[in-house]
Amino acid sequence: MNRKRTALLVVLLIVSILLAACGQKEVIVTREVEVTRLAPAGECPECPECPPCPEAPQAPMAAGQRLAAVKGRGRVVCGVHTSLLGFGYLDSAGRNIGFDIDLCRAVAAAVFNDPEAVEFVPLTAAERGPALQTGEVDMLSRNMTWTSSREAQWGNFTVVMFYDGQGMMVRKDSGVATLEDLDGATVCVTTGTTTELNLADAFRSRGLNFTPVTFEDTPSVYGAYEEGRCDAATSDKSQLAAARAGFANPADHVIMDVTMSKEPLTPAVPAGDDQWMDLVKTVMWTLINAEELGITSQNVAQMMGSDNPEVKRLLGVEGDFGQTDLGLSADFGANVIRAVGNYGEIYDRYMGPQGIAFTLDRDLNWLWKDGGLIYAPPLR
Amino acid sequence: MEVMEAIERGRTLATNLAPLRNMAKVKMSQDSRIHVLTHSGTPFWRDDRVLKAIAQTISAVVVVGFLIFFVGNVIRAANARGLGLGYGFLGQAAGMPLGESVIPYDPAKSYAYAFLVGILNTLKAALVGIVLTTLLGVIVALGRLSPNWLVSKIAAVYVEVIRNVPLLVQLFVWYFAVYQKLPPVKNSIQWPGPVYLSQRGLYLPAPVPNATFGAWAIFVGTAILLAGVLYTVLIRYQLETGRTTYPALTAGAVLLVLPVVGWFLVGERPLTTEIPVLDKFNFVGGLQLTPEYAALLSGLVVYTGAFIAEVVRAGILAVDRGQFEAARALGFSPMQVLRLVVVPQAMRVIIPPLISQYLNLTKNSSLAVAVGYPDLFYVGRTMTNQAGRAVPVFVMIMATYLVFSLVTSAIMNVYNRRIQLVER
Amino acid sequence: MNATSAIRRPPAPPGAVRWIKKNLLSTWYNVLLTLVALIFVFFVSRGVLRWVFFTANWTPITSSLKLFAVGQFPPDQVWRVGTAVLLVSFFFGLSWRVWGGTVGTFALALAVGGAAVAVLPFELSSGVRLWGVANPLLVGVGYLVGRTSLGKPRWAALGWALSFGGTTALLTGVRGVSWLPRVETGLWGGLLLTFLLALVGIVASFPIGVLLALGRRSSLPVLKLFCTLFIEIVRGVPLVTILFMFSVILPLFLPEDVRVDRVLRAMMGMTLFAAAYMAENIRGGLQAIPSGQIEAAKAVGLNGLQTTVLIVLPQALRMVIPAIVGQFIALFMDTTLAVIVGLVELLQIGRAVIQSNPEWLMLDMEVYLFIGAVFWVFTYAMSYASQRLEQTLGVGRR
Repeated sequence: MNRKRTALLVVLLIVSILLAACGQKEVIVTREVEVTRLAPAGECPECPECPPCPEAPQAPMAAGQRLAAVKGRGRVVCGVHTSLLGFGYLDSAGRNIGFDIDLCRAVAAAVFNDPEAVEFVPLTAAERGPALQTGEVDMLSRNMTWTSSREAQWGNFTVVMFYDGQGMMVRKDSGVATLEDLDGATVCVTTGTTTELNLADAFRSRGLNFTPVTFEDTPSVYGAYEEGRCDAATSDKSQLAAARAGFANPADHVIMDVTMSKEPLTPAVPAGDDQWMDLVKTVMWTLINAEELGITSQNVAQMMGSDNPEVKRLLGVEGDFGQTDLGLSADFGANVIRAVGNYGEIYDRYMGPQGIAFTLDRDLNWLWKDGGLIYAPPLR
Repeated sequence: MEVMEAIERGRTLATNLAPLRNMAKVKMSQDSRIHVLTHSGTPFWRDDRVLKAIAQTISAVVVVGFLIFFVGNVIRAANARGLGLGYGFLGQAAGMPLGESVIPYDPAKSYAYAFLVGILNTLKAALVGIVLTTLLGVIVALGRLSPNWLVSKIAAVYVEVIRNVPLLVQLFVWYFAVYQKLPPVKNSIQWPGPVYLSQRGLYLPAPVPNATFGAWAIFVGTAILLAGVLYTVLIRYQLETGRTTYPALTAGAVLLVLPVVGWFLVGERPLTTEIPVLDKFNFVGGLQLTPEYAALLSGLVVYTGAFIAEVVRAGILAVDRGQFEAARALGFSPMQVLRLVVVPQAMRVIIPPLISQYLNLTKNSSLAVAVGYPDLFYVGRTMTNQAGRAVPVFVMIMATYLVFSLVTSAIMNVYNRRIQLVER
Repeated sequence: MNATSAIRRPPAPPGAVRWIKKNLLSTWYNVLLTLVALIFVFFVSRGVLRWVFFTANWTPITSSLKLFAVGQFPPDQVWRVGTAVLLVSFFFGLSWRVWGGTVGTFALALAVGGAAVAVLPFELSSGVRLWGVANPLLVGVGYLVGRTSLGKPRWAALGWALSFGGTTALLTGVRGVSWLPRVETGLWGGLLLTFLLALVGIVASFPIGVLLALGRRSSLPVLKLFCTLFIEIVRGVPLVTILFMFSVILPLFLPEDVRVDRVLRAMMGMTLFAAAYMAENIRGGLQAIPSGQIEAAKAVGLNGLQTTVLIVLPQALRMVIPAIVGQFIALFMDTTLAVIVGLVELLQIGRAVIQSNPEWLMLDMEVYLFIGAVFWVFTYAMSYASQRLEQTLGVGRR
C-alpha cells in the first residue's frame, strides 16, 4: 500500500515538473509569435505530456469586454489596502476610505454615477501582482509603484497619481542622519515591495551591512519597528508619514532627509483591455484637469454655466473629448467631481493641512503650474 | 486515532476472511465464465467486464478532460497576460533581502539559491523542532501517567489547553506578545556569562575552531567509533554469558575521556569562544537566535508537544499491565521493566503516529510567514511577487513539501517492514 | 470492562487523607515532586490571576465586541446575522428531538451560548440581549415542534435544506428585496466568518470525501489513481499552500469571465483540503466493514451501487462519526490560516483591533489570549461532547 503511494507521488512530481517545463517552451514560442509574426499560429512545440496547444494567442479580453463585465456586475472591483492610513484604510464605521480608495470611487462614479458601486478587495503586497495578472480585480489602487518589470509582468499602469520616494524612518534619539550612519542596523521592511529591493541595493552600493526584518502585512512592519525590533523602517515617504501618524508618540520618530528611490504610485488595470485602461486613465486625467480648471465638488453646479469651453467640455455641457467612445456618459466628469472632488480635494481630504489622516507637504504632487509634477493631457 | 484503529481492525478482519473470500471469488469467476460460455448471448449492458471498461473510459475521459480544461486555461491566460510559466528566472539575481539563512546569502544571489535558503530554513526549524518537541512530549506524557495526582493534572491541563487553541494564535502570542515585548537591545537582560536576551533575540557565545581543531576532531571521531564498537560487543557478551558488563557506562566513559584527553594533547585550544559585543545598533559576533525563529520554534514545539504527549501516553497504555507485572515477578527492577519490556513494545504503537506528527510539524512550519521567518513558503511567496511568476514557484513549493512527505512515508515503510520482521 | 471494574472495586472509599497519601506523598520523590508542582502552580496561577484582573487592559475587547462577532458586517444589517443564528438554533432544537446524540450537544451549546450573551457584563444593546434570550427559547421551541408530527427525519432534513437557503439569503442579501440589500462577502468577518468557513468546509467536503474514498477503493485503475493522487497530494502539503493556490492561482485555472469571490475561494480551498482528510476517515470506516457484508449483499442480489449505498456506506459512516467531529474541530481551528490570504476572520479582526488605536498597540497579549480563549471554549466543548458521544454510541470500540 505504502510503497504504491510512494511510487505514485514520484510519478506525480515528475509529471508536474514536466508540465512546468512544457509551459516554459510554450511561452517562449508564443512570445516569438507575438514579436516576429513569423511563426504560423497554432504551431506547437513537441511535448507529449502537454495538453493541446491553444490555436493562436488570442486577445485575452477583447476591448470593451471588461467594461461590459463591470456594468453587468454593477460594481467596480478594486484591489486596495485596508490598513494604510491616508491611502487605504477603514474608518470607525468600517468603511473603506483614503486617497487610493477615492480613485476607485472616482471610476465607479464615472461608470455608474455612484461612488459606492465599488467592491473593495483587500490585498497584501504579495498578492497584488497575481491579482492583477489573473484579472481578478478591475483596478488596483493600492499604493503601488510603477516599474518596468511590473508593467511587463503584472498589467497596465495608468497615470501616476502620487510622486513619492523611498525614505527611512528612525528614532529621534538614535542620532542617525545619513544612510552611512545605519551601518549594521536592523531594518524593518514590507516583503514583496520595490522598497525591499531598493533597500538591498542602497546598502549594497554603499558597502553597508544591515539585517532585514520582513513581514507581508504593513502593520506588522511598523508594529515591529515601533516596539524596537528594528532600528529603522523603510518605505515610501508618504507611507512612513502615515505610519508615524499612527504611532503612540509620533514626535519620537523622524523621517530622514534621504531619498533612496523614485516611487511613482500608480493605479493599474489588468493587461489586455485597452478600452478599460483608457477609461481609467481618462478618469484620472479628469481629476487632475478639474483641479487645474478650478472645478471642485462644491462648485460643479455653478461651473456648469461657465464660459470656459474647457470647463464645459469636462463637465459634459458641450463638446466631447472621447468619453462616449470609451463607453462613458457625456457628463461623467461632473459626476466624478461631484462624488469625490478634484485631485487637490482628494489629496487635502486625507493629507492636506486639515487632512483627516495626517499632514504631508504636497511637494512633487503640486500641479505642474504650481511647481509640481502632476500633469495631465488635455481633455479634448 | 480512531481511524487507525478502524483500519487495523478492518485489516485483521480482512485477513481472517481472506481465504473464505478468495474461495468465493474463484467460485464466482468460474460461475461467470461458465455463464458466458453457455449463454454467449448475454446483453453487453449486463456484462460486468464491459460495464467496467465503460466506467473506466468514462472516468478517464472526465479526469483527463478536467486536466486539459484547467491546464489549457492556465496556458491561455499565461500567453494572454505575459504570465511566465518557465523556470528561466531562477538564475536571475533575487534582489530581495532575507532575514536569516543557514548558508551565506545576499541579494545578489539567484532566485534558485534564495529558494534553497528557504528550504534550509524550513529544515532548520523542523529538525530542531522535532528534537525539542519529542523531549517535551515524552516528559509531558510521563507526567500525565505519573501516579502523582498534581503532576498528572498539570500535564493534562497543558495538553487540553494547547491542543484546543489554533497554532497560529499561539504563534502570534509567542511573537507579538512575548518576544517583541522583551526589553530593547540596549537594555538586554544579561544572563550569567555573555548571554544576552532582548527583542533582537538571544545572543550566545559562539564556538570558533582554531588550527588545532582538525586534530581534536580526530580524537572525537575515534571516541564515537570506539564507544559504538564497545557498546555492541559488550551487549552481545552480556546477552551470551548473562554477566553484567555495564555497556552503556563503558561507552559513556570512552566518549567522555578521549575528547578531554585530546583537548589537552593537541596543544593550543581547539575551540575558542566568540563573545557577542554590543555595537552601535546590535550585538556583533556570537550566535544569534532571532525572535522570529524562536517564536516559530516555541510555537511548533509547544503545540506539537501536546499531540506527541498523547501519542506516547496511548503507546504506553497500550502495553498490557500484565506484561509489567510479569516482568516485576521475574525480578526486574521498575527501571528495567520500563527499559526492557514496556518501551520496546510501546515504541511499536508510538512510532507511526509519531512520525506523522513530525510531518505535521514540518508542514506547520509554513506558518512562519505570519511571524516573518523566511522559510520555504515565505521565500516562495516573495519570489512569486518579485519575479512575477506565480505558477512555477507554486509548483516548486508544492513539490518540495511533497518530497518531505515522501521521505516521511519512506521512513515509515522501512520501519513497518522492520517491525514485521521482529514479529515473526 | 464492567466485569473487571466490579472485581477491582476497592473495599472502602478512601478518605481524603488516604487519598492525598496515595496520590501525592507515596514515596520521597513523590513528596518532592508534589512540592515542586505546588510551587509551580502557585506562582503560575498567582501571576496569571494578577495579570488578568489587575495588569491587563481589556478595553480593546470590550469595546470591539461587534467586530469580533461579525467583523465589518454593516451595523444596521447585523440583525440578519442574528436571525440566521436563530433559524439555525430552531432547527438544531428540532433535530435534537429527531436525531438526538451529537446534535443535542450542539443545540445545547447554542442555547447556553445565547444565554451567556444575554447576561454578559458588558455594555450591549438591548437588541443583542434580546437575541441572547431568544436563542435558547428557539432551541426549546424547535425541540417542542420536534415532538409533534413534524418531528420526522424527512421534515428535519427539508427544514435544514430550507434554512440553508434562508441563511444564505439573509447573509448575502437578495437582489430586488429592499430590506435585504446585498452584503459583500468581503464584509463578513470575525466569529461569523470563522464559523462559516469551518461549516461550509466540513459540510461540502462530506460528499466529496465519500466519493474520493469510494474512488480510492474502486477497482477502476484510472479512477483509483486519480483519487489516490488527489488525496495524497492534498495531505502532503500544508493548508496554507492550498489556500494560497485558491487565492492566487485559481483564477488562472478558470476561464476569463468566471470570477470567484475571495471568501468563496477560501471556502473552496478549505473544502478540498478537508475532503482529502475526510476521504481517509471514511476509507477507514469502509475498510472496517467485514467483506461478508458485501458478499451477503451480492448473494441477496443487490448490484454494486445498491450494495455500496444501502449496505456499506451506512455502516461505514456511522463508524466514522467521531472522526468527522474531530476533523470539524481541527478545521475550525484551521480557519485561522485564512489570515494568510487576507480574510478578516476572528484572528485577523484581532490584529485589526490592535492596530486601530495607537494606545492598544502594546496590548497584543490581551487580544490574542482572548481569541485563544474563544477558540478554546468552542473546541474544548466540541471535543468533550464528541467524547461523550463516542462513549454512549460505543462506536470506537466494537
